[in-house]
Order: sequence, then C-alpha cells, then structure tokens
Amino acid sequence: MIVRIMGEGQLEIDDSQLPELNALDEALSAAIESGDDAEFRSALSALLAAVRSRGTRVADDVLVDSDLVLPYEEAHIDEVRELLSGEGLIPG
Amino acid sequence: MGILQRMSMIFRAKADRALDRAEDPRETLDYSYNKQRELLVKVRRGVADVATSRKRIEVQLSQLTSQADKLQEQAQRALSLGREDLAREALTRRSGLETQMGDLQTQHDALRAEEEKLTLAAQRLQAKVEAFRTKKETIKASYTAAEAQTRIGEAFSGISEEMSDVGMAVQRAEDKTAAMQARAGAIDELLASGALDDPTGIAKDDITAELDRLASTSDVELELARMKRELTADTEEAPQALEAQPDAAEQASAEPVVEAQTQPRREEGRA
Repeated sequence: MIVRIMGEGQLEIDDSQLPELNALDEALSAAIESGDDAEFRSALSALLAAVRSRGTRVADDVLVDSDLVLPYEEAHIDEVRELLSGEGLIPG
Repeated sequence: MGILQRMSMIFRAKADRALDRAEDPRETLDYSYNKQRELLVKVRRGVADVATSRKRIEVQLSQLTSQADKLQEQAQRALSLGREDLAREALTRRSGLETQMGDLQTQHDALRAEEEKLTLAAQRLQAKVEAFRTKKETIKASYTAAEAQTRIGEAFSGISEEMSDVGMAVQRAEDKTAAMQARAGAIDELLASGALDDPTGIAKDDITAELDRLASTSDVELELARMKRELTADTEEAPQALEAQPDAAEQASAEPVVEAQTQPRREEGRA
C-alpha cells in the first residue's frame, strides 16, 4: 500500500498495518467533524508518526499513485476541510 | 470511507480528467512533460525565494543583535555616570529588541525547514520527471494510441499526483515567504527610521546624545578642577621660587632655572 504525506513524498506500508491506520483515520475524521483544532492536531500527528515509523520511502524515480494521502504536518483543520470539499486547492 | 482515501481520490480524479481530455493520449504525454518541466523551474525558483527571505532575516537578526549589544553598553555607561534612569531606558529598549529577535529566530527556523522540504521536493520531482520522460519515449515508439492509453495509466497518474502535491507545496511556501517579507519590510522600516537606531552608527540616538552630553559636561568639570588645582599649586609654589632665586627674572643663565628647563634650551643657553 502506497501512502503519500503531502509535501514529503510517498511511503510504502505493509497491508497488515491497515487496521491501525484505519483506527487513526477514524479519529482524524471525527476530529474534522467536531471542528476541534486541538483534537485534529493530535490525531494528525499520531497518523503521521505511525506512517513515518512503519513505512519505507518510495524511490524518487518511481511513478506510482497513492492509495492514501495524508495532509501535511502543519495543515490547519480548515485547509483539510477545503481540500476534501473539492479540488480548489490543487493548482492546474 | 476514511479521510485518507478521500484525499487520494481527489488527487486521482484530477489526473483522470487530464488524461480524458486528450484525444490521443500520446499527445498528453508531451503536454504533461512540458508541464512537469515548468513546475520543476517553479519549484527551484521557490527554493531560491525562500533562501532569499531566510538570508534577509539573518541580516536583520545581526543588525538587531548589534543594536542590543550597543544598548547594553549604553546602560553600563549610564550607570557609571550615575544616571540610572538612562540605564533603565536602554535596558527597556533592549528587552523590546530581544522579543523581536526571538520572533525573527522562529521565522528563520520555519523558513529553513521550508527550504529543506522544497529542496527535497525539487529533487524528487526531477527524478520522477526523468523517469516519466524515459517511459513516455518508450510508449510513443512502441504503441498505438489505443495501447498507449492503458500503458500510460499508472505512470501518468503517479506523476500527476506528484505535480499536484509539489504545486501546492510551492504555493504554501510562496504564501509563507510573502507573509514574512511583509514583516521583514516592517522591521527594515523600523531600522531605517532610527527607532532601533542607525546600524551605521552615524546618526546618534537620544540615549547616546544624552550620554555624550553628560560625558562632555563631566570632561569640562574635570578640566576645570584640574586647572583650579594647578592654579592653587602655582600660587603656593611661586613665593618659594621667588625666595630661592630672587633675581631669576634678570639672570637667565642662573643654574636652578637652567636645570628646570629642557635640554635644547640649556644647550642654547650655553652657546
């Protein structure tokens, strides 16, 4: 499974890690729903830490799309909401 | 569906749309390759811009540091002249500068981190663009339009996702540097207005002016005191001298007077 951390690149993670990532992903979803920035920040940090520690870097010259995409470290909750609401943030 | 999957689908949807637009996918490859090279130029420019901002902050930090050192010296000088009020004023200004310096240091560290991230992003993109070019040439040489469509798939969406990500990262870096440029501009203005003193040291700030005034006043006092002491000493010594050499004024060659004179004058006297 290929995971991208926005602004940092891609990592490959073994599928066996999926349940853990899913749990962390649910926590992030809940935080975004609630709109609580502190909760969002700790959920995002936990996810990033898990992906960074479990994943191995994809080589720079490999062209592959990602199964999962994580927001960048310092992303604000509103930025992630905007990203999810459409493609406005992705430049042409 | 989780957030992470939804995010990846947003990236993929964009790649799919780009591919769908083209009648012949092989043309899309060349078009995309040109876009990739444009983006690469943009990212490198982004790295240079961030570095410029970082260096500007470094210059300001060193200016503020020397200003803070100067205020510290002024405080010491004021205290030695017995002006605690001036010393307090200098130290208050110094503490204001330190707040600003701490703020600048934080910005500096953020810019350095941004610079490193963008540098890595540029390296990554360059490697991917190169890989894409090789793949593109192979596909164009070996396949028909219909075959190309299926062969491109992963390579195209892979590079497209990278481009979206890097494009957003450059945008974020630009926003950040723009915000910092504005703040750096405000500090430059402050430095130029003399509110933080003139770093060239030509113009005098009010504390320096006051200390100089104090110093010159005390110099005058010291000089006056010295002259007074001399005068008193002269009037005390003069009668003794007159007693010892009653005709000193008339006899220029008199021994004691010659002794008191300098070497050349003594030789002159003998000749």
